[in-house]
Amino acid sequence: MAAPAELRTPLPVSRVLWRGTRRMLAPVAGAGGFAKVMLLVGAGITAFFVLVALLAPVISPYAFDQYSSGGHRFAQLAAPSSGHPMGTTVQSTDVLARVIWGTQTELKVVVVSLAFALAVGVPLGLVSGYFSGPLDRALVLLMDALYAFPYLLLAIVIAFLLSNSIGKGVLTAAIAISGAYIPLYFRVVRNHVISLREEPYVEAARALGARPFTVIRRYVFYNVVQNVPPIATLNAADAILTLAALGFLGYGIQPTEAAEWGYDIQRAVSDAASGIWWTGLFPGLAIVLLVTGLTLLGEGLNETINPVLRRRAVAKFELPAVPPSADIVEP
Amino acid sequence: MAGQGTSLRVYLITRIALVLPMVFILLTFVFLLMRVAPGDPISASLGGHVPQPVINQIKHQLGFDKPLYVQYGNYLWDILRGNFGSTITDRRPVSDIILTNGAATLELTFFAMIVAVVVGVLVGLVAGRYRDTPLDVGGRLFGIVVYATPVFFLGLMAQLLFGSTLGWLPTSDRASPITQATLQTHTNIFTLDAIIDGNWGDLGDVVLHLILPATTLGLVTAGVFIRLIRVNVIRTLRDDYIEAARARGIGERAVVYRHAFKNALVPVITVVGLTTAGLLGGAVLTETTFNWPGIGHELVLYLENRDYTAVQGIIVVFGLVVVAVSVIIDFVNAFIDPRIRY
Repeated sequence: MAAPAELRTPLPVSRVLWRGTRRMLAPVAGAGGFAKVMLLVGAGITAFFVLVALLAPVISPYAFDQYSSGGHRFAQLAAPSSGHPMGTTVQSTDVLARVIWGTQTELKVVVVSLAFALAVGVPLGLVSGYFSGPLDRALVLLMDALYAFPYLLLAIVIAFLLSNSIGKGVLTAAIAISGAYIPLYFRVVRNHVISLREEPYVEAARALGARPFTVIRRYVFYNVVQNVPPIATLNAADAILTLAALGFLGYGIQPTEAAEWGYDIQRAVSDAASGIWWTGLFPGLAIVLLVTGLTLLGEGLNETINPVLRRRAVAKFELPAVPPSADIVEP
Repeated sequence: MAGQGTSLRVYLITRIALVLPMVFILLTFVFLLMRVAPGDPISASLGGHVPQPVINQIKHQLGFDKPLYVQYGNYLWDILRGNFGSTITDRRPVSDIILTNGAATLELTFFAMIVAVVVGVLVGLVAGRYRDTPLDVGGRLFGIVVYATPVFFLGLMAQLLFGSTLGWLPTSDRASPITQATLQTHTNIFTLDAIIDGNWGDLGDVVLHLILPATTLGLVTAGVFIRLIRVNVIRTLRDDYIEAARARGIGERAVVYRHAFKNALVPVITVVGLTTAGLLGGAVLTETTFNWPGIGHELVLYLENRDYTAVQGIIVVFGLVVVAVSVIIDFVNAFIDPRIRY
């Protein structure tokens, strides 16, 4: 195959990443109206939580499992006071400290699970969509079957099975959660690749003798990658809810390893009967706020990036607010 | 008309034919997931204190000592005959769990779906109709926040407010002990049982117990409806026939209420199908929060006991229910909307 030199020289990784990021963010600058408000508010809330997670060692008054200070034990289930602004739990730990350290846990799991889902789902979607054939058909069937499955149950079962072998850590939770998102990325990427495959510039690259992987990497990938930020942000929101649900059911992070909001809420259920509200309210509000922030960011991105997609006349592309609703069938 | 009937029949048959490989993949996936996972399911289910001969005997009884492909064949054959296996820990057939606890889950999810549809449709219609006004912004924000709230957190707060603080509503179980004793169970769906017997006192008690769990699960599910109904109203209001209605001089009120809303509501049926999977997942959490003895509640208990066969059976049933609902929804859609014939 005699391909022009330009097509064969690989781009340095840093330039690939830079180009990808620039393409992804380009439409944001041109946003307006309510979409922009959602985008900014969502980005603000998300940035706040990222900061809290990074600065947790500095701003948290205590360690997440610390139940005493200066030799005396904290009171059990103490109401919010100046010493413990959000009160204490039944194990005498400080609720504020657990909320702050919990931020770190949630974000860690979200990042790992998204990386995992993207690393599996996107390449599979690219290859499946570009080459089609029997492999494509088999993958589509498999992913559709997985997609139909109640994703929380899928996560619970995977976490349950993995907890026997590799324990209940960030990795277990992240794998369990990502299992539910791989089909989503696969689907979105594959459908977009199929619509791009016959575009003139892709055909031109092929006609110049570029190998399939070169075409995918240099021409298809950048266009497909634009779909990823809104979906990934909405998935991050969803991943936090799933992690909290796993924690609530006892299949999340091992309580001795890190603080996790869902687990804290589960512990708070028994407090609620006696009218104690602070052990459940604060971790719960943290979840609601962070998920709302990520959803606003995702929806904002969606609305600002979608017009670009529409102008390019790319085939039907519905972004999900909630993964199970991603394939709304238009009547 | 005969032609239309044939095309409907062809569509229905194709739809069923298409779902079979999906069910097959689902079953295979669950089987592999449970067998390929590291660790020995039987020893894990029985705990660490059982002597090896006993473990071997139970393995033999359950067929776990056979080669994997034989196990797989038996598993598929059993499911084909409607046998979902039985639990290891208490030797209960999974079909028994489905019959007794399934009714509780059905009751909960049915009423939750009603709450979700009512809230979702109302907020979605208003937000779409008054697009880009404060009403729209409020409706969308409500939808997002409701979606962002974990169902167990909302449940916990509802228990705190309406249970512990105000004392208005019961916060756990399906009925009070007295009602449990007096209510004749025909279907295990308590509201239906009470109505069949005309037992109004018990009906009141059962409904009181339903309010918090069903509203909690319903509200959390409503977010999806709000979003879709809103988008649909906006799209419908831009359609040509709406323009035509306006051009004929029909009042704006009649255009919106009689023409646009009716069409904007068609996808509600589809969304009901799409949210079923999420609703079942949410039911697991809601049942745990409110101590509601449904299938999800049982699933969590068997997970705690590391009962592999019980978990496998219940998961298979959940998967089949979701697939079945999606097929039924497609049938209903094809029936009411002649444009749908793929």
